[in-house]
Amino acid sequence: MARILYDEMYDASGAVRPHYREFARWLANTPPEQLAQRRREADLLFHRAGITFTVYGDDQGTERLIPFDTIPRSIPASEWRVVERGCIQRVKALNMFLADLYHGQRIIKAGIIPAEQVLANEGYQMAMQGLDLHRNLYAHIAGVDLVRDGDGSYYVLEDNLRTPSGVSYMLEDRKMMMRLFPELFAAQRIAPIDHYPSLLLSTLKSSSPVDDPSVVVLTPGHFNSAYFEHAFLAREMGVELVEGADLFVRDEKVFMRTTAGPQQVDVIYRRLDDAFLDPLAFNPDSMLGVPGLLSAYRAGNVVLANAIGTGVADDKSVYPFVPDMIRFYLDEEPILKNVPTWQCRKADELSHVLAHLPELVVKETQGSGGYGMLVGPAASKAEIETFRDRLKANPAAYIAQPTLSLSTCPTFVEQGIAPRHIDLRPFVLSGKETRLVPGGLTRVALREGSLVVNSSQGGGTKDTWVVED
Amino acid sequence: MLSRTAAELYWMSRYLERAENLARMLDVSYSLSLMPQDGQGTGLDELTMPLLITGNMDDYLARHGELDAERLLHFFAFDGDNPGSIFSCLRAARSNAHVVRGRITADMWENINATWLEMRDIAQQGLQSYGISAFCEWVKQRSHLFRGAAFGTSLRNDAFRFIRLGTYIERADNTLRLLDSRYELLGDAAESIGDGSARGYYQWNALLRALSVFEAFTEIYRGSPDKRQVAELLILREDVPRSLRACLGEINQILASLPGVNGRPAQRMVASLEARLRYTGIEEILDEGLHVWLSDFILLVRRLANAIQSSYLEAA
Repeated sequence: MARILYDEMYDASGAVRPHYREFARWLANTPPEQLAQRRREADLLFHRAGITFTVYGDDQGTERLIPFDTIPRSIPASEWRVVERGCIQRVKALNMFLADLYHGQRIIKAGIIPAEQVLANEGYQMAMQGLDLHRNLYAHIAGVDLVRDGDGSYYVLEDNLRTPSGVSYMLEDRKMMMRLFPELFAAQRIAPIDHYPSLLLSTLKSSSPVDDPSVVVLTPGHFNSAYFEHAFLAREMGVELVEGADLFVRDEKVFMRTTAGPQQVDVIYRRLDDAFLDPLAFNPDSMLGVPGLLSAYRAGNVVLANAIGTGVADDKSVYPFVPDMIRFYLDEEPILKNVPTWQCRKADELSHVLAHLPELVVKETQGSGGYGMLVGPAASKAEIETFRDRLKANPAAYIAQPTLSLSTCPTFVEQGIAPRHIDLRPFVLSGKETRLVPGGLTRVALREGSLVVNSSQGGGTKDTWVVED
Repeated sequence: MLSRTAAELYWMSRYLERAENLARMLDVSYSLSLMPQDGQGTGLDELTMPLLITGNMDDYLARHGELDAERLLHFFAFDGDNPGSIFSCLRAARSNAHVVRGRITADMWENINATWLEMRDIAQQGLQSYGISAFCEWVKQRSHLFRGAAFGTSLRNDAFRFIRLGTYIERADNTLRLLDSRYELLGDAAESIGDGSARGYYQWNALLRALSVFEAFTEIYRGSPDKRQVAELLILREDVPRSLRACLGEINQILASLPGVNGRPAQRMVASLEARLRYTGIEEILDEGLHVWLSDFILLVRRLANAIQSSYLEAA
């Protein structure tokens, strides 16, 4: 059965969509050698600047470039405004859900979400119960992964509410495009995104009750796969990049060790998982965290962004309830659609999944980064059977979804230009208000037919344009 | 500035300065070892001097057994297992720089990174084919280049100050040790002021050249070097960039300009050391005994380095 694919640049008849016309004209008029030369230049510049990520499970611990494609992903402004409202609505509801879950649990009492679904979830943190956070903010920074199905409508694939990454590529991709092809930006109005770091800083500052709070970025260290991004954001915001050992807790306050003596820290943008934050409260083996951090946090003397315990809301087994959350807390209809999801912990849904494995995408409820998932249509018989055993052994750890076709976008590949599947991750910032910069990070699956866009699985990135129409 | 960041910058420049000093020391020892030794031997005396200066004798003997010219040179230049080799110093400096590359300019980072990459290539070629003098010259040039990049591109902020601090601490220690050991090696010959012997002449000359102050010496003293003049030049002259007085003067200024009150012990210590040099004449030092005085000061500089370490670099 041939799937209907939605292409971002061409409509079903093969004509260029209006918001791509300017680009298509430019592409047709630019000699291929010049394009190839610019692509090489981009690689060189990325390499020299050390814009790399580390691949786990690779013996060499190699630093790799994320492949960058010079054909942008373009979104008409009118279409973007809907996506933007949809993302804001969704993240607002998720923040309200977290505040509710860690206080009165109205949504459980109303019978909308089963208690065991959230309270027995490994993302749920008992330590957060009853703790009041400034402005009731939990997910200050959220990455909402969106894909488009055959008819072009947007679906939310997952909400990333812990430590979503990739925003540095969004910014670097734009810088690179403007450097390589300034003429494109002169020819049409493309919404700027460079102010993201300043929005992020004001979001972080507004999450603290302190006037002009001291903000730091907490990184696990330079061996972490996203270290480049941590250093990048700290530098762009003009704040310190700290490791756990640079911080200490005294009298339930957090200080950093500086050459001018201890200096109090009010907001920690942490790029460290909950389990590693405080060896006294969580994983005692963690060398990355700060002993006593949780006590300072519970005393209200420091803000963690994102808050502890947000993982319960972006868990894939809680995902199916997000549309109901929007209705419950905001009394609105969801603007963005959810992908239909089978929950393998339910016996009847599990048997459906087992019967249809070759057609479905099966994911771990707590997984991320494209590790440990099955894409049925792309998997071999043997791979499916191996996965079937894993699924049967622990059904509650998995959900399944129909294989979405994912929209395509023309992309430079070895043989020239060909359509490749893409997704979109806008970054939603919640502080005094909920905001995002236009667009987001577009990831592209570079292998023909592949639907997995994660950089750890051979995905690349594209600049994302919101074009005034 | 974060203490950890300051520590990385400080050690980065200490390792670079150490690599440069090792190259200077090695160059001189090597060329002196080629000279006729007044019938005293093979020049091994000269080549073992770096072992005595750096306190690496036991380590070397444990690994190599006997003193051998080629092995000695390799030990100091390329031996990655000797933490005190030029190779190891450049590797350590590069690794410090990598952690804080966001805090140094691209020119500085690219310089230090390229130095390390070239170092690996040279080590592949081997000392014989590259040439020991050419290698020492190369190390000095890379160090000059980094310093030029730092002065030419760095913001004059705390990062710059900690980089300079590392350089001067390392250099002060090195000047003291070089002078002390050269004086020791000369033995009685050093005592005869204006000694006309060829050996004394070459020994002092070699030291002056190692510290790049040969031209300065001839301009200031206009004569053959002797103990009194060399010691005065290297200890007390404010206008000689590698002298003890110049190093402590810089450290004093840098520490005084750092913010915060936690550095007071180190600030006090360097101010009193600098005052002591400022108001001391070379006669007083020689009366006390040059070796005694130098050994004493080596300890004082180490104490100052410890105070800097605990005041700024691991402050809690």
